[in-house]
Amino acid sequence: MLGRNADGIYWMARYLERAENTARLLDVGFRMAVTRGGGASQDEEWRSVLVTIGKDAEYRERHSGYSGPQVFNFILRDRDNPASVLCMIENARNNARSVRTGITREVWEAMNESWLALRDMLARPVREASLGEVLAAVRRQVTLVRGALDGSMLRNEVFNFARIGTFIERADNTARILDVKYYILLPSVAWVGSTLDNAQWDTLLRSVAGDRAYRWLNAGSMDPRGIAEFLILDPRFPRSLRFCFEKIRSNMAGLAREYGQETAAHELLRAAGARLHQASIDSVFEEGLHQFLTEFIAGTVRIGNAIAADYRFVQ
Amino acid sequence: MQPVSRATYDEMIEPEGAIRPAYADYREWLDQQDPDWLKRQDAEAERLFRRTGITFNVYGDTDGEERLIPFDMVPRIIAAREWRRLSRGIEQRVRALNAFLQDLYHRQEIVRAGRLPAELLQGNEAFLPQMIGFTPPGGIYTHIVGIDLVRTGPDDFMVLEDNARTPSGVSYMLENRETMMAMFPELFSRIAVQPVSDYPRRLARSLAASAPACAGSRPVVAVLTPGIYNSAYFEHAFLADQMGAELVEGSDLRVVDGRIAMRTTRGWQAIDVLYRRVDDAYLDPLTFQPDSVLGVGGIMDIYRAGGITIANAPGTGIADDKAIYSFMPDIVEFYTGEKPLLKNVPTWRCSEPDSLRYVLDHLAELVVKEVHGSGGYGMLVGPAASKRELAAFEKKLRARPGNYIAQPTLALSTVPIFAKAGLAPRHVDLRPFVLVSPDGVDITPGGLTRVAMRKGSLVVNSSQGGGTKDTWVLED
Repeated sequence: MLGRNADGIYWMARYLERAENTARLLDVGFRMAVTRGGGASQDEEWRSVLVTIGKDAEYRERHSGYSGPQVFNFILRDRDNPASVLCMIENARNNARSVRTGITREVWEAMNESWLALRDMLARPVREASLGEVLAAVRRQVTLVRGALDGSMLRNEVFNFARIGTFIERADNTARILDVKYYILLPSVAWVGSTLDNAQWDTLLRSVAGDRAYRWLNAGSMDPRGIAEFLILDPRFPRSLRFCFEKIRSNMAGLAREYGQETAAHELLRAAGARLHQASIDSVFEEGLHQFLTEFIAGTVRIGNAIAADYRFVQ
Repeated sequence: MQPVSRATYDEMIEPEGAIRPAYADYREWLDQQDPDWLKRQDAEAERLFRRTGITFNVYGDTDGEERLIPFDMVPRIIAAREWRRLSRGIEQRVRALNAFLQDLYHRQEIVRAGRLPAELLQGNEAFLPQMIGFTPPGGIYTHIVGIDLVRTGPDDFMVLEDNARTPSGVSYMLENRETMMAMFPELFSRIAVQPVSDYPRRLARSLAASAPACAGSRPVVAVLTPGIYNSAYFEHAFLADQMGAELVEGSDLRVVDGRIAMRTTRGWQAIDVLYRRVDDAYLDPLTFQPDSVLGVGGIMDIYRAGGITIANAPGTGIADDKAIYSFMPDIVEFYTGEKPLLKNVPTWRCSEPDSLRYVLDHLAELVVKEVHGSGGYGMLVGPAASKRELAAFEKKLRARPGNYIAQPTLALSTVPIFAKAGLAPRHVDLRPFVLVSPDGVDITPGGLTRVAMRKGSLVVNSSQGGGTKDTWVLED
């Protein structure tokens, strides 16, 4: 397949995943803000969403204050914000359009319909009353495209590049959320058992769609190490770092099989995978959670760059 | 020459109100349907097209919004016997076009014989000196041709123009049929319609058959597109997809070991046949426009060395020139030795003083076109023009008469469309698609019927608000 098309399908998958993750973050921010009552603490929640997606500085260049509708409209539909959900869905769709020959009609139509639906929903400013509905629509549309990919694509290089994009983005997202919120997981005698504490942890889990799974696995009890372990190391949770890396490994192995050879990216991936495999939650906290996550994020970026170079994404 | 003036020919209904035989079965079916249901289907069709992304971009549209070409759900129906007659004429014309191009770029016998003025070639941008003395692989110049036909009476089909450069619209032919079959499956079990769906397979076969000698047993075919912002991008992607070929852009290509190669995830892979949807001028920045990023530097050298087939060949656009068109009856006769089976529309060349005088005297009755124009841009439809527009056009015409030809305003045939108030006749034309390879000429039964959606309008171009219809050629 063309290197440009591999690039296109990889980024289509990344943008979709990122749009979905952004919608989850907004959902959590919204939930926190409305349960916090008015005023400064509400603004702080919205700011925290911007910090997590790395858009606080850009936001402040254009706006003052952190009123909810201003923040979520910036994140959802601002054309000047290239990381807005609308821009990402448009990017994903443009990428799909440029790789039309590599994807099935089902995938293209799902992608195109998602774009049509979200473009219409985001054509006018979103009101607080309809925010929940809009965010649900984003998640649903992304799920439809993922379903079409899963249900109709040949398990070949095109599919592998899409999956690699999905899981690199997802691993990066989980690691970043953890990193921004890691302080709430730092054990502190004073916090343990407080209601605020539980609510914060709940938020963290919810933003990676892990609240229910975690409660189910732990019979409802929350503890910081357990949550960190769950998000980093649990091989059953589809957004944990270990799960994502296992998926990347298997799709990269698929590429190596199809091409009859491994690349430098395979080497990097093996090293990073071994590190993750050997880690325990004790060793992570010993090293320092922030330190561990910073290195993980940098390592994931290196792997992404190596894949782009090895498979000739660009000239 | 006198303007043709005759009552409009309705393809479905005879002047006395009877249904013509080709439409009898369809009309019987249509009359049994619930009008409200039909209206819902009509809305459904638009939704289907949007979802599939069958859209096009309009040049000069600032918001860059993708538009749908209006689809009308009443088919245009052609009887098998009519089609056979048309096919013979089309094949003759296409063979003549190829022979003509071969001659133009070699000995120019037709000019030597005094049947075509040399001035038509001199200084004509569509005539490429780089092609002189070179014969493309298999001797084929126009691998894909669209012949635009109009009808003015029961047996009067005329060629309105030849599209030998890069005819577009074939994806609409295919998608219109898909849509009709999805909406009205029972129609196709009641009425035997010749299929069009194997066009992409035939295209792939035809292109492969035109591969250069250096190609392997399974030639590598790629479609070259200017990219996603091109007005016909949907069609480029559609055809590549249907053929199982790569859809490449200029940035994917470079010269590697004397071949044109595309950058794949495994390295550089040589291309044998490039179905290019990029104009000549942008094809090779080393030969033509130096700032073009749509093509690939060096492709003309590789081409001339026999390393690749370019479809259609560079320089075929000369055959689309409307001044050349006016000589087509002579051209057909010169190369085939036969009388042309398809008529031309009578054409005045404004470069000739007598013709210019006539055109200026009858401007309000005529259609005037630029000789190098296409897509309905820059043309004057006399009867529809205001006094001011006529005066402005007259000025342009006097300043550069050689730039224009004029034709009578034809009473184009009509086929009903499904309008709000029921069936209403609208003017149509027809673009059949023809494939040419060393194996022969292959004409897909049907083509693209374009329809002027506005009452009385004669302009069917999609860029000017025209729509399309599914085109049926009936089985015997």
